[in-house]
Amino acid sequence: MSAAATALATIVAIVAIGTTVGFVAGARVRMDLEQWTVGGRGFGVVLVFLLMAGEVYTTFAFLGASGWAYSRGGPTLYVLAYLTLAYVVSFFVLPQLWEVGRRHGLQTQADFFRVRYGNRWLAGFVCIVGIASFVPYLQLQITGIGIIASVASYGDIGRTPAMAVAVALLVAFVFASGVRAVAWVSVVKDALMVFAALAIGIGVPLIHFGGIAPMFAALVHTHSAHLTMPGATPNLGHGWFISTVLLTSLGFYMWPHAFGAAFTARSADTLRRNAVVMPLYTLTLAFIFFAGFAAVLIVPGLGNGDLAMLTVVRQSFPAWFLGVVGGAGALTAMVPASIFILTAATLFAKNLYRPLFAPQMSDPQVARLARAMVVVIGLISLTLAIYSSTTLVSLLLTGYAGVTQFFPGVVLGLYSRRVTAPAVFAGMIVGVVTAVSLMLSHHDPLFGVSAGFLALCVNFLVTISTMLLTRRPT
Amino acid sequence: MPDHEGARRARRPAPAAVLLALIPLTAMCLMVPLWDRIDPMPLGLPFNLFWLICWIVLTPLLMWGAYRIEARRHRPDGTDP
Repeated sequence: MSAAATALATIVAIVAIGTTVGFVAGARVRMDLEQWTVGGRGFGVVLVFLLMAGEVYTTFAFLGASGWAYSRGGPTLYVLAYLTLAYVVSFFVLPQLWEVGRRHGLQTQADFFRVRYGNRWLAGFVCIVGIASFVPYLQLQITGIGIIASVASYGDIGRTPAMAVAVALLVAFVFASGVRAVAWVSVVKDALMVFAALAIGIGVPLIHFGGIAPMFAALVHTHSAHLTMPGATPNLGHGWFISTVLLTSLGFYMWPHAFGAAFTARSADTLRRNAVVMPLYTLTLAFIFFAGFAAVLIVPGLGNGDLAMLTVVRQSFPAWFLGVVGGAGALTAMVPASIFILTAATLFAKNLYRPLFAPQMSDPQVARLARAMVVVIGLISLTLAIYSSTTLVSLLLTGYAGVTQFFPGVVLGLYSRRVTAPAVFAGMIVGVVTAVSLMLSHHDPLFGVSAGFLALCVNFLVTISTMLLTRRPT
Repeated sequence: MPDHEGARRARRPAPAAVLLALIPLTAMCLMVPLWDRIDPMPLGLPFNLFWLICWIVLTPLLMWGAYRIEARRHRPDGTDP
């Protein structure tokens, strides 16, 4: 067998095993809307951990983070800081959220806004921003699958057909099984990914330099500016680092799917324990960075940094191992992507379409509409993935600029009695408009500060001043 | 407009737990100008990478402390008394 055939066969086998595990897990449980979206609200520490790890460690971590380590250098370290701090923030948000979820039978993020603020237009707006923010995140995953297929086939398989097949598989998978399946595929995916990350992070520097320390010594010698901020970028310095870490760690659990994952937990305590242990998982990423930095010396001059890790693996290991890494990478894209599609579709059907346009719809009808939306959203993201060419990290940061605008509404909603729907609505609209206009006019970062973070500050200011101005007399 | 049922305020976290959480935030994020450099290189890692890896390990320890503080204030099943 040729190297390409070996690598591809391994990838296909791994994806097949992973999806079978998911189908089997899903087949055992009868699916109503609650079961499909929040797994019947009965997940313990282990399943919640798997589900959350499953959606956190996406292709972004696998290819995007190493890609930025390769192409940007120092600024990519923000990833290690933000993932760790996101769990610290979650310790103070998710258990409280779970309480509200249990009291009111909440399934989605928009449910929270509707129940807390009693305003279905606000809830509808949250849905639209959530779904729109998912699109770049989904596009990221699909692009990742395309990269894997084209590198692993040594260029024989084009990215577009690979991405199309992946989306078809994804849709079938979500269709058949729902959230429980996703949690179980995460088991396969995480085991493979940790193995691959350690093997690459230790193996690549060992093969080419005799170890991690000699690799960094060589890198300091030739590329010392690459290792600190702003690295190979003109404007990603310390101001950018601080603002981006704050934006993304506050926004991490504002993603509708992460928000929804909190409702799958059995208790608030489950979520608190989870927040304590999850940061350790970030260690895996350090190894992925080792590989990304090593690639600077081993495969210099790649036009697209996101190819760096797989290219360096291809040059350092036998074809079957490239297949294992590619398979881990493919599952690492597909597991989160199926969660994103599932969440976006549920949001559309249950929280946007039914309350605003068709209040008479029954639950089974909503479930059917959600399934139809799975297909639609899959196709939209595929189209965007085919026609766009941004780095994986930029795609993620675009989504974050959107979802983090929910943060004031969620946190004030949990901890303050005084905050009102008009205040949150005004802040959110101003925040989203600020973020979108800064990014579309290419002002991200603005004065060395992340545009999404500036938008979040404006959002908070508007929310709080509206709240004070419209205060009811006591 | 009357208060919605959902407007019931969550219990504020213990100040000690919040203080513990502010430590990694300061170390990993706000202090970046102090640690973003290459030298010294402990274990052969650039100092910025080494610093962040250390705090990935230290953060769960601090948050375990925060957990102990918070767990005492809640019922074992995690609901508020």
